[in-house]
Amino acid sequence: MSEGRISRLRVTVTVIVAIIFAVVPLPEPINAARPDLLLLLVIYWSLSAPRIAGLLFAWFCGLAIDVLKGIVLGQHAFAFLVVAYMTHKLQLRMRIWPVSQQALFVFGFLAVYQFLVFWLDGIIGQPVTTWQRWLPVLSGALLWPVLVAVLDTWNRRNR
Amino acid sequence: MVTLSSDSRNIIGRGPPLGAGLFFLGLVSVGVMMLDTRGGYLETVRLWLGAAANPVYAVVQTPGQLWDWLTGSFADRTRLRLENAELSEQLRVARVKLLQFDSLREENVRLRAVREASAGVGGRTMIAEIMRVDVDPFRHRVRINKGAEDGVFRNQPVLDAFGIVGQVVQVDKYSATLILISDAEHAIPVQVNRNGIRSIAVGAGDLNKLSLPYMTVESDVKTGDLLVSSGLDGIFPAGYPVAHVTRVERNPADTFALVEAKPLAQLDRDREVLLLWTDPPTQVEAPAQESDIASKPAAATSQPKPAATTETAPAAETPPKPPAAQPQPQQPSQE
Repeated sequence: MSEGRISRLRVTVTVIVAIIFAVVPLPEPINAARPDLLLLLVIYWSLSAPRIAGLLFAWFCGLAIDVLKGIVLGQHAFAFLVVAYMTHKLQLRMRIWPVSQQALFVFGFLAVYQFLVFWLDGIIGQPVTTWQRWLPVLSGALLWPVLVAVLDTWNRRNR
Repeated sequence: MVTLSSDSRNIIGRGPPLGAGLFFLGLVSVGVMMLDTRGGYLETVRLWLGAAANPVYAVVQTPGQLWDWLTGSFADRTRLRLENAELSEQLRVARVKLLQFDSLREENVRLRAVREASAGVGGRTMIAEIMRVDVDPFRHRVRINKGAEDGVFRNQPVLDAFGIVGQVVQVDKYSATLILISDAEHAIPVQVNRNGIRSIAVGAGDLNKLSLPYMTVESDVKTGDLLVSSGLDGIFPAGYPVAHVTRVERNPADTFALVEAKPLAQLDRDREVLLLWTDPPTQVEAPAQESDIASKPAAATSQPKPAATTETAPAAETPPKPPAAQPQPQQPSQE
């Protein structure tokens, strides 16, 4: 079954793409709704390749976001970690669900993530209180089916 | 449905349990956050992590730079000639304005020495380019392409050709993050140039608006007044233009008037900004205050300061300062 394994190289490539996507300047109206692609990838790889994408992997992905956009180190890393933990807990069930139900749960995960970031922002003393900060939750959940379709196709073809 | 690979989590057996991983990494993240916010112990770590992120920025910026290069190299002759004529015209005007500058500066230095005031004039500057990367859509922060290597330091004032832009909040090895004066968490002490009333201009989260929440109803301020930095924070040097007052509303029942101003710096159009190293005298001005502010540039720190605004006294009296210092020969002060 070794050819059935998802290679580390593939995970790394997608992660690099997502990190670049996180800082690419987008036009103003879309910018606020930029989906957290890296977090979606962490969820995806936690579901389909949990031995490669463990909690430590999620933590380092979060740390990368902290370095690029964060106010304080460890904030996004913590939020990523919690989401990855929940995904791993549900992994065996979640990956046989239909995509619509997955998207619903992904919506929940993203909401938890945004809430954690928001909460930690508040503790640090620099909260962002516009409602627009919750837009990535919606856009991320909408992106989920697309992401699954693309990555599944890729994984099956290159297996 | 997500691809099923043979690679699923073990149900029984090897590997540390998930809960332990969560607990351990959670503790690590909390520890990192505390070290970073409370003590600022991770400055060097951040310096190098930021340097590691540099390739990402390089990749992200390539299309923009390529476009700049293309338009630059294929710009047509007539446009260049027009631009050239315009620039030399501007230079001429600026030269004429500068004619008196030297003598005025000499006079200023002499007068300040007489008054034993220590506000320096001028300083070293360096041009930094704003990078085309997104920092945070909800905060007014931008990244510039100069960092600790170039001597940039935290809380360094940043200007453009029209006024104060903001200050440096975080420094990496080769880049730095600025907070703009319009950010909702930023406040800058200002004074009305016409009569010297001091106040604090707080960012409103809107690029075209600052608000001055501590102007009393009876204070003498009108629309069109120029606000300049007062230098009381020990971060921004005194006398640089900040904003124009755009709106004053007085309700006699209230204590404070509603005053709004528009930043003079072109916060949304700048491609290049000026980093400023002020003369040493202004930097040693108030060490205690400065270290207090250095912890965070938030509005909360600036509020309880003596400058607090309500006074309508002329700004002739300057705050008590340590023994006078002649503005010394300029020396680039690396922090």
